[in-house]
This record gives sequence, structure tokens and C-alpha cells, in this order.
Amino acid sequence: MKTKSRRLGKNTKNDLITYGIVIAAFVVAEVMQATGSMSSLLRGLLVPLCMYSILAVSLNLTVGVLGELSLGHAGFMCIGAYASSIFSVCTRETITEVWIRFPLAILVGGIFAAIFGFLIGIPVLRLKGDYLAIVTLAFGEIIKNILGSVYVGYDANGVYVSLESESSLAMGADGTLLINGPLGLSDVPLDANFIIATVLLLLTLFVVLNFMNSRSGRAVMSIRDNRIAAESVGINITKYKLIAFTLSAFFAGIAGVLYSHNLGYLAAKSSNFGYNQSIMILVFVVLGGIGKMRGSVIAACILTALPELLRELNDYRMLIYAIALIIMMIATASPKANAFWEAHSLKKFISAKKENKPAKEVQ
Amino acid sequence: MALLEATNLSISFGGLKAVDNFNIKIEKGQLYGLIGPNGAGKTTIFNLLTGVYKPTEGQATLDGTVITGKKTIDINKAGVARTFQNIRLFKQMSVLDNVKVGLHNHYKYSTIEGILKLPSYFKKEKEMDEKAMSLLKVFDLDGEADYLSSNLPYGKQRKLEIARALATNPKLLLLDEPAAGMNPHETAELMDTIRFVRDEFDMTILLIEHDMRLVAGICEELTVLNFGQVLCQGETSQVLNNPQVITAYLGE
Ligand SMILES: Nc1ncnc2c1ncn2[C@@H]1O[C@H](COP(=O)(O)OP(=O)(O)O)[C@@H](O)[C@H]1O
Ligand SMILES: [Mg+2]
Repeated sequence: MKTKSRRLGKNTKNDLITYGIVIAAFVVAEVMQATGSMSSLLRGLLVPLCMYSILAVSLNLTVGVLGELSLGHAGFMCIGAYASSIFSVCTRETITEVWIRFPLAILVGGIFAAIFGFLIGIPVLRLKGDYLAIVTLAFGEIIKNILGSVYVGYDANGVYVSLESESSLAMGADGTLLINGPLGLSDVPLDANFIIATVLLLLTLFVVLNFMNSRSGRAVMSIRDNRIAAESVGINITKYKLIAFTLSAFFAGIAGVLYSHNLGYLAAKSSNFGYNQSIMILVFVVLGGIGKMRGSVIAACILTALPELLRELNDYRMLIYAIALIIMMIATASPKANAFWEAHSLKKFISAKKENKPAKEVQ
Repeated sequence: MALLEATNLSISFGGLKAVDNFNIKIEKGQLYGLIGPNGAGKTTIFNLLTGVYKPTEGQATLDGTVITGKKTIDINKAGVARTFQNIRLFKQMSVLDNVKVGLHNHYKYSTIEGILKLPSYFKKEKEMDEKAMSLLKVFDLDGEADYLSSNLPYGKQRKLEIARALATNPKLLLLDEPAAGMNPHETAELMDTIRFVRDEFDMTILLIEHDMRLVAGICEELTVLNFGQVLCQGETSQVLNNPQVITAYLGE
């Protein structure tokens, strides 16, 4: 049974390296902040970097582990952002302790997104084929358009919803406007910060990586690899597809919570919750390596930070960005590169150092 | 009572009667062969017995309960496991994990327990690892447990499929051309392994095969299928000497 424990150990070790990289990056960023060597531009990017990493990891659960294409990930993020922001705005007076209010907001955002993921998944994941891509694409756009134009307010008599204008809500004099159409929510408490965002990223990685190494994760991957064979050994296809997709939506929702609670306001537009955003997250996943969570984090960080950091280079910005894309594509997707990474892995390097004697050729 | 009994099992695709009035009785512990030329309907019978297709007529029972019309996963839970003519492994998963997927319904812990890595996770995973390794050992695959399943040579992939099917703890094992693509040496080995599985696991096995040495060597009874219909049924030596069978299938 040596093989077994060795194998379990290998997965665990790999996961620990991933957590280690995130923690190390966090420490470096904190030190840079403390010593004042971080530009304000970079400081403003810290929470978004975590947010995009969470989005990429959670989408990779759908694309890489479940093997389904989703083009509406920003839609789940949008739902998480709105649900949690409404919660935070409404409870700001009643729950004054941030350390209670924000975790609750995170849960609210995640759970609402998960519910939508579940509801969309029920009809769509039963179908064989690429229906999920089409339906999620439509879903994302619909959600963004509705939440980007809805007016919601409340007074003593109840809640009012309108898609036309504030005045058509016809609230009483005591009425409070909650969502102001295209202007959204203008005053979301700034509860998010880099520490919480890092913790959420670690939590996302923890859940997703452990899920992949569990019985349920294997069931999901078996469906991805061969649905017919999975059925033939008694795997409940719909159940495990739904679990993976719902989990994926849950973390996208949490990323949405970070988004609005970091900005301090929330308005659904094409630029933040449109399909461009969904495609962008998909690019992180593809370039970071399908099914590879560490790669997703690294790709999300590089591709988010690079365009910002290159802003000064103006003319060459997109050129360098394009080159970076190509390099990453070659580094992660080509079989030759994969073989290279295998052969030059850190572990091999270390063990080679240890056995610094002449290699024993025989045996 | 026979372990597997099919009566008047039929299915047509469009106008084609792929399987026509198929009857079979397989007793517990039997090693039974299903032979016939390409396109005779053999794989279709497996698909009918495992719920991939619903029969247009007739039914099949396992241990007295009707299985036709049930869903594939319920038929597997009832005790039917199979391999595929075109190998269907979980290609991006390790050899060991392929077998562990087969153990899915026999070693259970919840998704939450798995995510939180509660003690039940470690306990069940250890049990699964041990069980899976012992199954791999039967097929001499324990040395390759960590390999990606798609990196195995062809013959070993076929063996892994059998190991995965056995992991679901079936009463009836359906093997679709298990020796296809194997060299004579591997085939001889496979024959021993199939016999061993039958004896060791008290298994009932129905296998489709074109290799006549394998069929003659290990099957006790045979059914010959031709154009969806049963041509001949009975003891292996008698069937293989039947003149009709010789002209339709064996002879040139
Ligand atoms: N899903 C299907 N749709 C249409 N025709 C099918 C289908 N499955 C099998 N057939 C046809 O049924 C016949 C028997 O096929 P099969 O059972 O695979 O033969 P074999 O005995 O070689 O395993 C063939 O003519 C095949 O084309
Ligand atoms: Mg066939």
C-alpha cells in the first residue's frame, strides 16, 4: 500500500505549494506596503487580483474539472455582488460590527449565486452537448441587463420594483431607494480589504482542491472523461454535475461580493459583468491550464496586473500584453512545454542536488 | 433460477432489427460466450442489458427482478457491470482513480466530509485505496497505479476496464471483446485472468469475443448470433461443430 499513501501525499504536497505561493505573495505585498515601496496603482490592484483569481479558479472547476463550457461566469459574480450589497446596505445600521456583517454578506452573495447556478444547471446539465455555453452566455447578459436597469425601493408598506424609473416606484414619503437603475447602489460599505480577499482566495482553493481529491471530485472528473462509462459504474451524472456547477457559481458570487465591497458602489455594465468579462475569465483559465488551479491564479494575476502596470508604456502596452499571452499559451498548453516542466520541475531539481554524486547508470 | 434471463429481447433502429427475439439463460457462476460476425447485434445486446438502449420488445431479469427499462446506473447498482468494445477509460485520471470511481457506491462519505477532510474521509479513502490496489493486483496493474490511464498499453487498458467493472461488485460481468488488440501471449494470460476472476469472485461472466481459441478455451456455453437472430445455442463444443455455425461464421 506504499503507492497509495505516496499518491495521497503527492496531491497534498502539490496543494500545499499552491497555498504557499498565495501566502508568500501576500507577505511580499504586505511588506512592500509597510515599507512604502508599493505604488498606489499596485495597491489598488491587490483586491482585484484576489477577486480575479477566485473567478478563474471557480470557472476552472466548471471548465477543467466538470468539462463543461460556461460563458456566463460574470453573471454569477453579478448576482453575488447585488445580493451581498443589498444585504450590506440594509444591515449597515443594525449590524455595526464589520466582522459579523461582512462574513454574512459573503455568505449571502455566494448562496444567491449558487441558487442561480443550481436552477440553471437543473435543465441544462441534463442535456448532452454544448448547451451550457449557450444558456450561460444568455443568462449572464440577461442578469446584467436586468440588474443594470432595475429600480428597487422600499417604504413602510413594502418593497417596490420597476424597470422604468424611480418615480414609477410610487413609494411613500418615507421611501428609500435601494437600487437606482443604471446607477445601481451608490453607497456600499467598503468592507473588503486585501487580507479578507486573500483569505477568501485561500478558502476557494482549499474547497476546490479538496473537492477534486475527494470521492465526489473523482465522480465529476469521471463524467468529464467518459459519461457513458461513468454511468456504467453507477455514477449519478446529474447529481455530480450539479454539485460542481453550483460550487463554481458559489465562488463566482463571492468574487462579486469582493468586487462591490471593494469599490464602494455597484452598477451592472457591460464592462464589469458583461460577456467580455466572462470571456476574460475563461482566458485566465485556458492560459493557466485547464484543470490546473495554481495556473489559474497565476494567469489571473499576471493578466490582470500586466495591462495596468504597462500603462506608462502606452504605445507598446498591447504589444507586450499580446506577447505575454502567447508566451503563456506556449508555456501551459503545448505538450513539449509540459514535458519540459515535468523534466525540470523543482522537485527533480532538488532531488538532483541532493544526489550530487555521479549518477548510477545501471538499475 | 437463472441469474440472467432474457426473453424475446428485441430492438430496431429505424427499419433495422438489430436484435430480434433474443433469448438466453445464464446460471450463476457460468462463463458464457456470445459470438457472431460483425454487426450481428452482440454489443447491442450488452447495451440492452445495461440500460443504454430500451428494448422495443421483451425483457431481461437479473436474479428474478426485471432490469430492462431501468436506468444504467440502477442496473449497475442491481449488479451488472460491463466493459466496452471501444475502450472507455477515464483517460485523464490515474489507473488507481479509475478503479476508485468503480468503488464509488460502496465506500461512501459526503461531499462536505471530503471538502473538510474529516476523519471519515481519510478512513474511507484508505479503505478504497486498499481495495483498489488489491483489484489492480489481480490484473498485474498494481505497479502502474499512479500512471495516467491513457498512458497504459492497449492490453493493460482492457484489463483496467475489467478491474473497474469488478470494483462495482457486480453479480454479472459483461465483457465486450476483452482480447481485441491483444497479442497471443496477452490473450493466453487474459484467459487465465478471466478464469481466476470467475473462481475467486464467484462471478458470472458473459463475454463477446472473436478469438476462437479464447472462446473454446474458457466458455462453457455459447450463443451464436447472426443478423440479430440466434443461430445456435448450447454447449461450446457442440456449437462450434454445428455445420450451420461453421458456414455462417467460422468457415470460409
Ligand atoms: N444506436 C444505433 N443506431 C442505429 N443503428 C445501430 C445503433 N447501434 C447499433 N446499430 C446497428 O445494429 C447492428 C448491430 O450492431 P452491434 O451490436 O454493434 O454489432 P456487433 O455484433 O458487431 O457488436 C449494426 O448494424 C449497427 O449498425
Ligand atoms: Mg460489437
